[in-house]
Amino acid sequence: MSEGYSILVDTSKCTACRGCQIACKQWNGLPGTQTKNEGTYENPVDLSADTWKILRYSEGTVPSGAPFWYFFSEQCRHCLSPGCMAESEKGEIVQDEKTGAVLFTLKTKSLNYDATREGCPYDIPRQNPKTKELFKCTMCFDRITNNMIPACVKSCPTGAMVFGERPEILDAAKARVQELSKKYPNAKAINPDEVRVIYIVTDDPKKYWKFAAGK
Amino acid sequence: MGSNAAANHPISMKWVQKAKDNGGILISVDPRYTQTSTKADIYAPLRSGTDIPFLGGMIKYILDNEKYFKDYVVNYTNASFIVGPKFDFQDGLFAGYDPKTRSYDKTFWAFEREQDDRVKRDDTLQDPRCVYQLLKKHYSRYTPELVSSITGTPVPDLLKVYEAYASTGTKDKAGTIMYAMGWTQHTVGVQNIRTMCMIQLLLGNMGIAGGGVNALRGEANVQGSTDQGLLFHILPGYLAYPRANQANMEAYLKAITPKTAEPMSANWPQNLPKYFVSLMKTFWGDKATKENDFGYGWLPKLDAGQNCSWLNLFDAMYEGKIKGFFAWGQNPACSGANAHKVRQALGKLDWLVNLNIFDNETGSFWKGPGIDPKKIKTEVFMLPCAASVEKEGSISNSGRWAQWRYKAVDAPGMAKPDGDILVELFDKIRALYKKDGKFPEPILNLKWDYVDAKGHFDPHNVAKEINGYFLKDVKIGETEYKKGTPVPGFALLQADGSTSSGNWIYSQSYNAAGNNMARRKKDDPTGLGLYPEWSWAWPVNRRIIYNRASTDLNGQPWNPKRALLKWEEGKEVDGKKQPGKWVGDIPDGPWPPMSDTKAGRYPFIMKPDGLASIFGPGLVDGPFPEHYEPLECPVPKNALSSQFTNPTIKIFSGSMDKHLTCDPRFPFVGTTYRVTEHWQTGIMTRWQPWLIEAQPQMFVEMSEELAKLRGIKNGEKVKVSSVRGELEAVAIVTTRFRPFKIGDVTVHEVGMPWCFGWMTPKNGGESVNLLTPNVGDPNTMIPESKAFMVNVTKMEGGA
Repeated sequence: MSEGYSILVDTSKCTACRGCQIACKQWNGLPGTQTKNEGTYENPVDLSADTWKILRYSEGTVPSGAPFWYFFSEQCRHCLSPGCMAESEKGEIVQDEKTGAVLFTLKTKSLNYDATREGCPYDIPRQNPKTKELFKCTMCFDRITNNMIPACVKSCPTGAMVFGERPEILDAAKARVQELSKKYPNAKAINPDEVRVIYIVTDDPKKYWKFAAGK
Repeated sequence: MGSNAAANHPISMKWVQKAKDNGGILISVDPRYTQTSTKADIYAPLRSGTDIPFLGGMIKYILDNEKYFKDYVVNYTNASFIVGPKFDFQDGLFAGYDPKTRSYDKTFWAFEREQDDRVKRDDTLQDPRCVYQLLKKHYSRYTPELVSSITGTPVPDLLKVYEAYASTGTKDKAGTIMYAMGWTQHTVGVQNIRTMCMIQLLLGNMGIAGGGVNALRGEANVQGSTDQGLLFHILPGYLAYPRANQANMEAYLKAITPKTAEPMSANWPQNLPKYFVSLMKTFWGDKATKENDFGYGWLPKLDAGQNCSWLNLFDAMYEGKIKGFFAWGQNPACSGANAHKVRQALGKLDWLVNLNIFDNETGSFWKGPGIDPKKIKTEVFMLPCAASVEKEGSISNSGRWAQWRYKAVDAPGMAKPDGDILVELFDKIRALYKKDGKFPEPILNLKWDYVDAKGHFDPHNVAKEINGYFLKDVKIGETEYKKGTPVPGFALLQADGSTSSGNWIYSQSYNAAGNNMARRKKDDPTGLGLYPEWSWAWPVNRRIIYNRASTDLNGQPWNPKRALLKWEEGKEVDGKKQPGKWVGDIPDGPWPPMSDTKAGRYPFIMKPDGLASIFGPGLVDGPFPEHYEPLECPVPKNALSSQFTNPTIKIFSGSMDKHLTCDPRFPFVGTTYRVTEHWQTGIMTRWQPWLIEAQPQMFVEMSEELAKLRGIKNGEKVKVSSVRGELEAVAIVTTRFRPFKIGDVTVHEVGMPWCFGWMTPKNGGESVNLLTPNVGDPNTMIPESKAFMVNVTKMEGGA
């Protein structure tokens, strides 16, 4: 049986160009929402029914006093055992067998939004307040089932995002962590055995984004 | 350094990442910890406007620690040249300075010559008047401690950068620099870049794979537009623009064509007359004849010494001396330094034609903030243009690759490609001249056959004319060329009127082999990423210029593992030795390597003496880069000399040309930059919902320390002002900006993007160029938008 696909997000190669955030909106036909500058580059401020991917910016200083600035391109992790599906009893949320993509259907309208969102360790699901339908990243299901890689991965200039067969991505993650460990002792892949969207970080995941490694 | 590639040239970071994957070290030097800095192995901050001290200190480090590539420096640069006795440098001024004209007499910087007019040399580099020794003396003052007290860079950070970069001065290593407007937009902009060129020469990093000084362009086709002579001082192919005191073609050609007495110098620019005459044949075809100086008299002339660059043009416009203005694909009301003056100047015009894909602050200046439409007499026309994907043509990147683009879609509505607008415009102009034009010859005689059967502009016709044609049957060497066939390349262009070429450096781009710019083959025979059959690079598809410097005197690569070029001796055939040849990239000329002291040539073929200039006697502000403070700066004096600012800059003195230095009302250094999400002044991107969602409003970034000092909270609206104007911005309080320690003083710096303007989006904010000074680099007149003085205060009434 195929082990499906995975996406590697190597934050050590991410330059925060936000090509992925925009490409997600473009491919999925999502509108730009009204925003204002809140004292950060990060915008929009949160995921929503209209925003399935956000570049999270995080900054501060390291003990030496030097600045750090971390980028975390947040999206659904497409868990192997999706927490959001605990609420799904009538096929509201499905997990595609071949690709492993976790998909919200029109039927999510009838799901308990709060409980579904609560069930996600990464706080991903969002609701359209009017239609009550739930939304999130689809792993570009329509693209990956038509021999195209996800739009966000396609847009990435530096190779920070890579899409492929899960075993290959797991191998790549392992090799990259090993490489990074020489310089960054805290380098690691976040929950690689639980998720399909595997992030590599070089520091405490919480410093990148509060739910980077789960709630 | 001088760029933030990750944010502003995102694709370039793909290759930087690749270099890092191969063990490369990335250094980021920037006033602010940027997206690029996050990927760097070494980050060093510096105060805006202090790049020359930073790099001058590196030159000292390289020389003191003997990190330079000696064989390269002695053989391929002018380090051994003896400088004449009139040259001197005292307390920030070079010899030959005239304070009345604020200019130098450059004859004071001339080299000493032998009786046969060759430059005197000392290859031991011991002569105290040789370039190497003068260089050493000049930068001996740039100690790490003094540099640090100017730049604010901690000494250990300086040394880390120096050590890492200087390590590339060996045969097997390459170092490169990616710079952008962070270097150009200063009153010492050209010298910033020259300092790095000198470092690259000292380390043997010019002409090699992975070396060079790389300009990350501010526009996708800036390279192409300057190549084609868009600027006021050049004709296509970088031919100097004729001046009124050059009465005929002979006088002009004499002035622009360099001579050399050095037998081993190729001095390629000696061919410029061929390129100029071929250009005249392109302009005026059969009407350009030997008898009429090939139409030289029809070319408009600049006055001697006249400078028609941006700041001067808008000054003249402000003074009411310019009546009409085509704003073609630009937005001066937001992009011009001291934009208030620009906006006032637009109101002095009789007419303004705004050619763009969107309306903008320039076309609508008459209804902008603080302007009363009733008082504006300027008549404004808007001509909608096709966007880049709606027309066919070439685009040239900073690697000099001319890449052909096809048209993807038709332009919407009435929008037309620029070429069609030009054709229609010129047809009208010519009809008017035919009727009752004064001095109609230049217009009526112009060769103008660039339209297709339907009367539309045809980019292929233009591209072929740029390549050039044989205009009669000729025999060159053993080969015959028929009239009307394209010239194979510029080596065959002639000064007798038998060839045409609209731009000699692009000759070969569209020849008998077809449109070489449209090639898309991905073969990479050298393995160095040259891709010789992907598009076409000027000159003659050479991918790395001055590539003969990548080999030793025998033509063998310094680094055989990354061989860009290699000389192969000819084999013996029937007891006769065949001529040798270069293998690899297209060499800078066919001549054998320098060890052949008869037929060999020096590698820097565009320099009159064949060698690269560590001592550069051609710039207006000095043969060696020297630190001067920005026109507006936070320190009361220049720590390196009593010459405070660049002594050769032009200072405008009209009522709107204000500047203040070291003034307590404007205590903070201000700088400008871009964000990934917006393009230039935002004309194209501020209308785009996804981009404006991600980056919606004008902001000002400042350190936590400065925010505390001013009682400013992150995310609140603040006022940023300079002596020229003020604007509102959202405060981003960040650890990425940190105060500088400049001597005993703490200096704060703030930064703002220049992509916003009043027209759209609502509440997006104003252009930062309301604050920037209209003072320019003395060589280029590029405004000093990267270092000026501002104040930041809380808004009345709070957030």
